[in-house]
Amino acid sequence: MSTAAGTPPKLTIRDLRKTYGPVVALEGASLELREGEFLTLLGPSGSGKTTMLMIIAGLTQPDSGEVWIDRRLATYTPSHRRDIGMVFQNYALFPHLTVYENIAFPLRMRKVSEATIEKEVRRVLDLIQLPDVGPRLPRALSGGQQQRIALARCIVYRPSIVLMDEPLGALDKKLRDQMKLEIKHLHTELGITVLYVTHDQEEAMIMSDRVCLMNDARIEQLGTPDELYFRPRTVFAADFLGESNILAATVVGVEGAWATLRADAADGVTVRAPAEPGLAAGERVRFMVRPENVALLGPGESADNETAAALEEAILVGGVTKHYARLPDGTTLSATSLTGGPLGAVERGAAVRLGWTRERTVILRENGPAHQ
Amino acid sequence: MSATSDALGREAAVHRRRPPWLLAWPIFPVLIFLGLVFLYPVAQLLWLSVVDRAGDLTGTHYLRLFASPVYVKVLQNTFEIAGWTTVLCIVGGYPVAYLLATTSENRRNNLILWVLLPFWTSFLVRTFAWIVLLGRNGAVNDMLEALGVTDAPLELIYNMTGVMVGMTHALMPLGILTMLSVMQSIDASLPKAASTLGARGGQAFWRIYFPLSLPGVAAAGLLVFITALGFFITPALLGSPRETMITQIIIQQVQELLNWPFAGAISMLLLVSAIAVFYLYDRALGMSTLAGGAPVSQRGGVGGANPIGQAGAWLGGRLIAGLGAASDLVAEQWERLFPSRPDRRPRGSSRTLLWAVVLAVIAFLALPSFFIAPVSFTTDAFIEWPPTFFTWRWYETFIASPTWTAAIVRSLGVGAVTAALALVIGAPAAFVLARQRIAGRTAAMAFILSPLIIPRMIIAVALFYLYARIGLVGTSLGLVLGHTVLAVPYVVVTVMAVLKNYDERLDQAAGSLGANRARTLRHITFPLIRPGLIAAFLFAFITSFDELTIALFVSGGLATTLPKQMWDDALLKVSPTLAAVSTVLLVFVTAMILLAEYFRRRTAAPTSR
Repeated sequence: MSTAAGTPPKLTIRDLRKTYGPVVALEGASLELREGEFLTLLGPSGSGKTTMLMIIAGLTQPDSGEVWIDRRLATYTPSHRRDIGMVFQNYALFPHLTVYENIAFPLRMRKVSEATIEKEVRRVLDLIQLPDVGPRLPRALSGGQQQRIALARCIVYRPSIVLMDEPLGALDKKLRDQMKLEIKHLHTELGITVLYVTHDQEEAMIMSDRVCLMNDARIEQLGTPDELYFRPRTVFAADFLGESNILAATVVGVEGAWATLRADAADGVTVRAPAEPGLAAGERVRFMVRPENVALLGPGESADNETAAALEEAILVGGVTKHYARLPDGTTLSATSLTGGPLGAVERGAAVRLGWTRERTVILRENGPAHQ
Repeated sequence: MSATSDALGREAAVHRRRPPWLLAWPIFPVLIFLGLVFLYPVAQLLWLSVVDRAGDLTGTHYLRLFASPVYVKVLQNTFEIAGWTTVLCIVGGYPVAYLLATTSENRRNNLILWVLLPFWTSFLVRTFAWIVLLGRNGAVNDMLEALGVTDAPLELIYNMTGVMVGMTHALMPLGILTMLSVMQSIDASLPKAASTLGARGGQAFWRIYFPLSLPGVAAAGLLVFITALGFFITPALLGSPRETMITQIIIQQVQELLNWPFAGAISMLLLVSAIAVFYLYDRALGMSTLAGGAPVSQRGGVGGANPIGQAGAWLGGRLIAGLGAASDLVAEQWERLFPSRPDRRPRGSSRTLLWAVVLAVIAFLALPSFFIAPVSFTTDAFIEWPPTFFTWRWYETFIASPTWTAAIVRSLGVGAVTAALALVIGAPAAFVLARQRIAGRTAAMAFILSPLIIPRMIIAVALFYLYARIGLVGTSLGLVLGHTVLAVPYVVVTVMAVLKNYDERLDQAAGSLGANRARTLRHITFPLIRPGLIAAFLFAFITSFDELTIALFVSGGLATTLPKQMWDDALLKVSPTLAAVSTVLLVFVTAMILLAEYFRRRTAAPTSR
């Protein structure tokens, strides 16, 4: 979690903890948000991501820990003095005020002159490409338009950080896809710093510079979408993002950058994988390989890691075809490949060989770093 | 399979052939009932006020009304008392409704019981409680003297102060519950959004929350004002002749002078006032807000086209901005004195203040009734504070008295039959109103609800006039019919509310599985809405059990109900026997509320996540 040189962090949180009665909602959460960064808190419901957002917004008070915004301590600063902007899941547009007055609201609270208000409101309305809706009431607008007004209201006063709490949750799929790109676009165009909350991994992958994966009130893993996808550090991370094959194994030995494992499932087949620091022979681990990295080997083909299996099912999904094969101990391994041609008849139980490269094999320690 | 779809097809065909108004037949009994026992007698009474003996149109009764300074003064009194009561109920009730709407559900459920308790406690019992508290030798004066605040007892009763205290106490729960229903529909994230956008608490409240809660305030004001217009118990028992209200004049005209046309003229005046207030309300805010509908816009630029509305909106906007700025100024001064620190938890002083105010108001609402109980054990022959203990004598008097026991038995019986009748004709109507789009739905709804809005006194006098001619005065049947008029609106509203949350697809599923409509009702719908039906029954029962106005006229000289007996007794002297009766009643009503609450929570539990 090093900060890029030269840019001080916009937001720093340290060791945040929050409990509701006996329920721990957030435990030991620390992270930094850089200027202009788009960071997403991703996790299942109840993982603590909304609690963290609410604490940063000043709408919930932590039991302990610190929040720094723009290098000023703000742990218990009331939210109206934090200089943050927040987009709510249901937009929270004021129903009795026109669109114009909704967007003017934060400026009025900052005692901005009427002339400047007029100019600024016009600017953001143009920015979201809804220049003519000013005199209308929010409920006269469609869901997507309301979403954009909420965004406009939030950026009109140029807050240090923009917080977004599942802002696309109420939209239908098509609109959601469109809004994802629009938010991303606004982010790069305006250079705003965004902290975004979602449970949708696709949203997180598409929009974020970095993703903070949360699980069970803790930060599970923090990294770029690439790192999270290709270098998950825990079973949870590997499982939550994308599809994965996860198998148990024992470390046989470590030579330099490579480790040798013996998989439980495939009759003790040996598997080579990049070594993790501190990995020692005899350690029980799991390893993960993505289905799209597993190939059905033809006669004469070979791979770094190979196992024999019995074909169970082949499914034509469209652009890709999925194969499910059973390993000798009964676990199923899946392999996804681009659809080359018609599937034809599949012989169930046919003996196949599955192979994948050692580079795409990821060792998962039983406990994630956050749990140590 | 094919047999089932055939049957469904046939049924659909049958439905198509029926004219739509026939499908709405379950609503007819209640409409016919109200037409006969409500609309017809009221119309007749009002007609009586505009004709002379010969049956020709005349304005003499109205001329007499306005010619006499006494009646004009009473009219002025009535509006003044109702107006001030409304102001006090709103000002005192708003913080309570606000806290109830913004606190956790658990706390809300617990606090609301303390608002509901006085709401359902008999008006008479509560008025007696104020006699105990506010009298020359009452609890308040006793305490003030003991503390050395005053040397001589203050005149708190039999004047305007007494009437104001009693009326505010009687009507504030109605105001609170009405405001609460609107406030609960305000999105909780709006004040939070205002806060993140830079609004301090004061600005967030005045600019966002307050305007959105205004329809609730207006609805509460309307209901309180109109109910207050028809009051007579409180001014009669806690006021002096100077606080005479218009309904007391009606009682006098009918019971002492038997002057029907004049009573009709006063009733007409009362009715016209009520309708005028309604009309103004509707013009300003729209009737939908009464039912907790979407709050209408308050600000200029969007509001209606009429200039008064725009001017009001502009003024309102300025006022709200001013209030927001003012409360922020106070908060800023406070913060200057006690600066908040980013590393310390804030003290939340405004919320503490709110809690203090709310607890004080709730104590004002809930506590007085309990002062009745100690007085009922006094060995003194009259009500005095502090009572000297201890005797069961008053309870023995009460139980041994055939008048009292007969009154109780009659009240229970009339209440039970009323509730059953109201449910039988009201529930089917609620089904039609909740589920079918029939022509004239709004009109039918307004007609069914109108007994709540039209002052009870008018209904009571009109029924008396009708019953006198058909020999129903002094009969239980007459009472039941009259009380059903008042109870049916509650039943319809309660059952409609339950049906609104009922998933109609369950019925469709039952139908597709082969159940006909009767079996669907019996095995699916009724079991699922049973708690709602029980609640409706209890509402109707309490409405009748606590009813005095109609009983006053209709029950005649001999056969009396419990409230009527209490009223007759209280007019002579508020004795410890009355305190004993009130205590029994208080325990009974509290038990009923806890029972209703139990049913409500039991059904709420499985559906809540």
